Amino acid sequence: MALYSEKVMDHFLNPRNVGVIEDADGVGEVGNPVCGDIMKIYLKIKDNRIEDVKFETFGCGSAIASSSMATELIKGKTIDEVMEVTNKAVVEALDGLPAHKLHCSVLAEEAIRAALKDYFDKNGIPYDPEEFREHDAEEDVPPEVLEAAEAEKAAAAASCGTKFK
Amino acid sequence: MKIIYADNAATTKMSRVAIDAMLPYMEEYYGNPSSLYSVGQKAKEALEQARADVAACFNAEAREIYFTGCGTEADNQAIISAARLGERKGKKHIISTAFEHHAVLHTLDKLKKEGFDITLLDVHSNGIVTAEEVAAAIRPDTCLVTVMYANNEIGTIQPIKEIGAVCKEKGVLFHTDAVQAAGHLHIDVKDQNIDMLSISAHKFYGPKGVGALYARKGIILTNVIEGGAQERGKRGGTENVAEIVSMAAALKDACAHIDEYAEKETKLRDRLIAGLDKIPYGELNGDRVHRVPNNANFCFEGIEGESMLLMLDDKGIMCSSGSACTSGSLDPSHVLLAIGRPHEVAHGSLRLSINEQFTEEDIDYIIASVTEVVQYLRDMSPFWRDLVNGKRPHVFSE
Ligand SMILES: Cc1ncc(COP(=O)(O)O)c(C=O)c1O
Repeated sequence: MALYSEKVMDHFLNPRNVGVIEDADGVGEVGNPVCGDIMKIYLKIKDNRIEDVKFETFGCGSAIASSSMATELIKGKTIDEVMEVTNKAVVEALDGLPAHKLHCSVLAEEAIRAALKDYFDKNGIPYDPEEFREHDAEEDVPPEVLEAAEAEKAAAAASCGTKFK
Repeated sequence: MKIIYADNAATTKMSRVAIDAMLPYMEEYYGNPSSLYSVGQKAKEALEQARADVAACFNAEAREIYFTGCGTEADNQAIISAARLGERKGKKHIISTAFEHHAVLHTLDKLKKEGFDITLLDVHSNGIVTAEEVAAAIRPDTCLVTVMYANNEIGTIQPIKEIGAVCKEKGVLFHTDAVQAAGHLHIDVKDQNIDMLSISAHKFYGPKGVGALYARKGIILTNVIEGGAQERGKRGGTENVAEIVSMAAALKDACAHIDEYAEKETKLRDRLIAGLDKIPYGELNGDRVHRVPNNANFCFEGIEGESMLLMLDDKGIMCSSGSACTSGSLDPSHVLLAIGRPHEVAHGSLRLSINEQFTEEDIDYIIASVTEVVQYLRDMSPFWRDLVNGKRPHVFSE
């Protein structure tokens, strides 16, 4: 399918690190069923490093591919390094996502951060709350891509179904 | 790998009959039908034969058929025409349903901005509106009722004849978007009290980019496309002769086989529905009986439609979904919301639309593949896990 890059299709059809870690050190869940996507990330952390990571995702092809790629990007990294992994890194590693799917990569970043925050909270590790504020898809995205996404959103919002309620 | 095209509601593969019919009008009789010399007149004759053939399929007269560039254009022209006729008499109220195609909804949206009052009737959970509900909504200033013949997503068939009778009795124009019905169901505009009807060739094995509007004689159409005197002055632009001829051939062929194909398709469709019914926490969308013979549409809890589509595509099965992700919009299908499906369930919808060439093996392959894909995606879905663990309530029963 031309909608997605080969990388996206590969991570969608053969997702890495799917599953649950029963005794996870940090768990993060973002999204909701009404919007059509939920991502859950489980982290096993040892000596400040991501020893293991698993994910579960309810969502579209790019949501599953973004989760899979995100887990690959953080596995084995130190916590400081993981904090540097942004949605942009996920998009780049996937060789790009269509404009209206960029929020999937944002969700992946947020899920990882939520899992880290859970780990910090559980272990009384201090952190800067600023680092964990709700992100929006706008950040780290080239303006022309954003414009296209905005146009699509506007078109969607203008649909009769919502207006005539 | 087996390749199964199960998206015939989106568009169909052209039939041999349709392809063969168009070729002479590209290779030999390529003249402009408005020209007086023989290649032009040959084209003109073919055009008028096509008009008569299309009319005959609906028990209409040739002069009641206007060729258009697509089904969308026919919908636009029917609605705009009725609106213009209405407003001249001070009637600016239009009745439709919440689950029409966007060709209708967006045209109504435009009229609403012009000051028309639009009533969109609710659709029952089985995907049907009743003639009584239409009757109750009609007001002295109602100029048009437009209700689709069969819904494009869930395939439900509306009580067209009864709605037409109500409109006739109250003196209100009645238009039906019959894009999903033409060539698949018997349509008789006189018997069914239809004033205007839209069709599109690519839904009955004809070419894309050509359609027709039936408008009962006496109804004065408003141009959507201004130009030359083609289509009795109601639609400018040199006629797409080859495709119009092809559409007529496809329609004639489809209409000659309606009963035969419907019988085959209904059996296959019901086998498909029975198979998919076995998947726990899933439900058929739309009435089981009053639906086009080729459509099965399900919602499955705990998963999202686009990922189902991509996985099925990987297994050679092509179909579609009403999830937000497949539409590129933020909301899932307005049709599924209109029949009362909650958002989280509407995201997990799957539409399979078959044709009479499917075999039982094809159907069984689809059932097995969908069952497998649903299970696979549920296994990686935290939403499904929550449903299973009782952390979130199920919408469907097992
Ligand atoms: C019910 C319905 N109305 C209108 C249309 C539009 O037809 P077309 O694609 O020819 O513009 C379609 C098909 O997409 C349809 O299913």
